[in-house]
Amino acid sequence: MNNPLVQLSGVKKSFGPVDVLKGIDLKVYPGKVTALVGDNGAGKSTLIKGLSGVQPYDEGVVLFEGQEVHLHTARQSSALGIEVVYQDLALCENLDIVQNMFLGREETSQLTLDESSMEYQAAKALQSLSVKTVKSVRQKVSSLSGGQRQTVAIARSVLRDAKLVILDEPTAALGVAQTEQVLNLVRRLADSGVAVLMISHNLVDVFQVADDIAVLYLGTMVAQLKTEETNHNDVIGYITGLKKL
Amino acid sequence: MSDVVPIKTGHEGSTADQFKAYFSRLRAGEMGAVPAVGAMLLLVILFSSLSPYFLTTLNIANLFVQTATILTMTVALVFVILIGEIDLSAGVTAGTGMAIFVKMNQVLPQYWIWNLAFAFLVGLAVGWFIGFFVAKIGVPSFVISLALYLALPGVMLIILGEGGVLRVEVPEIKAIMNQNLPGWAGWAMLAVCLVITTAMGLWDRGRRIKAQLPVRPLTLLWIKVAASGILGAAAIVLLNTNRSQNAFMPIAGVPLVIPMVLFILFACTFLLDRTRFGRHLFAVGGNPEAARRAGIKVARIRMMAFIICSTLAMMSGVFNISRIGNVESSAGRAIVLQGVAAAVVGGVSLFGGRGRVAHAALGAFVIAMIDNGLGLLGIPAGVNFIVTGGVLAVAATVDALARRRSGASLNRT
Ligand SMILES: Nc1ncnc2c1ncn2[C@@H]1O[C@H](COP(=O)(O)OP(=O)(O)O)[C@@H](O)[C@H]1O
Ligand SMILES: [Mg+2]
Repeated sequence: MNNPLVQLSGVKKSFGPVDVLKGIDLKVYPGKVTALVGDNGAGKSTLIKGLSGVQPYDEGVVLFEGQEVHLHTARQSSALGIEVVYQDLALCENLDIVQNMFLGREETSQLTLDESSMEYQAAKALQSLSVKTVKSVRQKVSSLSGGQRQTVAIARSVLRDAKLVILDEPTAALGVAQTEQVLNLVRRLADSGVAVLMISHNLVDVFQVADDIAVLYLGTMVAQLKTEETNHNDVIGYITGLKKL
Repeated sequence: MSDVVPIKTGHEGSTADQFKAYFSRLRAGEMGAVPAVGAMLLLVILFSSLSPYFLTTLNIANLFVQTATILTMTVALVFVILIGEIDLSAGVTAGTGMAIFVKMNQVLPQYWIWNLAFAFLVGLAVGWFIGFFVAKIGVPSFVISLALYLALPGVMLIILGEGGVLRVEVPEIKAIMNQNLPGWAGWAMLAVCLVITTAMGLWDRGRRIKAQLPVRPLTLLWIKVAASGILGAAAIVLLNTNRSQNAFMPIAGVPLVIPMVLFILFACTFLLDRTRFGRHLFAVGGNPEAARRAGIKVARIRMMAFIICSTLAMMSGVFNISRIGNVESSAGRAIVLQGVAAAVVGGVSLFGGRGRVAHAALGAFVIAMIDNGLGLLGIPAGVNFIVTGGVLAVAATVDALARRRSGASLNRT
């Protein structure tokens, strides 16, 4: 097995007297989808906020490509190639797909926006993920379905040459067909060599797409399992705390 | 090379396809300039049937000049409306700046140009002040600008003295609205506009071709240039004919203010459509949280929007005093609501994030026409206010309904 892209060891975080993360170990591999599951309040969001730099960990070691890194700001994380697709997606509905994909990183030439270069790259990024459902890259996001928006948000991370893409509940708000589309997209993203860390509540999705399953229970990592070596009931057992390794 | 990019870009297809796409966007609720143009046609029919003077060359020239003031105010307001804010004080800010300008001219008439520059600095400072309260402290823009709307006429009153009216004595300022370009210069102006339109169209096309992207048929560009050329030529022929009622004092030519307004329109459109700042302004108007997460300095963009608004509003003040020839302490109270009405009629959404300068300019024509037409019919000013207020209410309702409709389509996944 190849080396993990990201390795957390002994990561801790508390808010005042409340210990939310109590010494977490986690490995996320390039080219693999690692699902992060756990009940509400288990600490999933806190764990990814530490990786994205917006809410640094109190203690513990983060290795990125084998090197120890300190993630204190979102900028540092994104410079390393860590991109987060939040549940609310953070897209501007009044802008089109290209404009959203390059938001905050617009390319310019002669001091004006280089629309053609951005349009080309956006189309390329969508194409590399075999996205076929959007009609035009110049469509406004307001005209897109939930699944298409998720697609745009994920493609944006591809455009930024992300090495680790963190997805927060990417299928939570989607219907059956769109969930399928997005899961396929997540798979292709990983197949292109990106490490994917996906928070999900839906075990069907998890078993369909994930290579590894990491289970958080009240701030401790109770298990990190290979999908093919486990089953629904075991994972539910870990999530509810009825089963321990 | 369109096989490189199998995903469409909106530039594919024949001229006919492009027109079809335009009409399907219209049906989907992206109405753009259509309501404003429709209202304009309606008003032309209405007023020309009610008043024989409405379509005289003299009145048409008047209409252009009257529009200039409202239009500049509207364009200024577009910057704050696009980020979902409002500046009710833009008119009185301009009034205050002009009061300072004429007052300083009494003392230092030879330095009128520096006095004018100082007035623009006042505009910039007021914009900074509003922006600071909105972006850094979090006071709603409606409230802080309303406070200035109430306070600044007081400042004007103090500067101008009780019941005071100061005349504008600078001939260069008075010339803006009252002097005209020579006939040939009007045509030269049109030629410059057409050359710029063509050059920018070809330039964009060249960049797309270089990036191996599909391009729209050239025919579309030629149609656009030809249409602008025909409309522009018609306007210049009208303005270049003698419109004086006095046989010994011919008046003809394009008013000086028109090239100035065209420049403002061009510069603002360029800023909004082609620069990162413009893109970020739309992003902040559409979803400030998304903008923030994308690394955009939201507070800075907000401050800039208010600064541009107040500074540009000052230009509208200059046009206003050039036309009426004096400054009084109530200057600028009415025009700000006309400006908001014009922007909304032109399809600029009060919710932020949607709107174009060119369309807002058409809205300004609608509002100016109402002003002008009712004036010709000898209808009292009170009615004019009521009608303008009514138009604003209707346009804002349409805006809210359009937003609801697009909101409904969002949930249709
Ligand atoms: N900023 C905070 N301040 C105090 N407590 C917090 C904060 N963020 C999260 N928590 C607490 O940490 C625990 C884990 O939260 P979270 O990481 O959001 O869990 P999950 O995403 O797995 O549902 C919860 O009990 C929550 O109340
Ligand atoms: Mg959570």
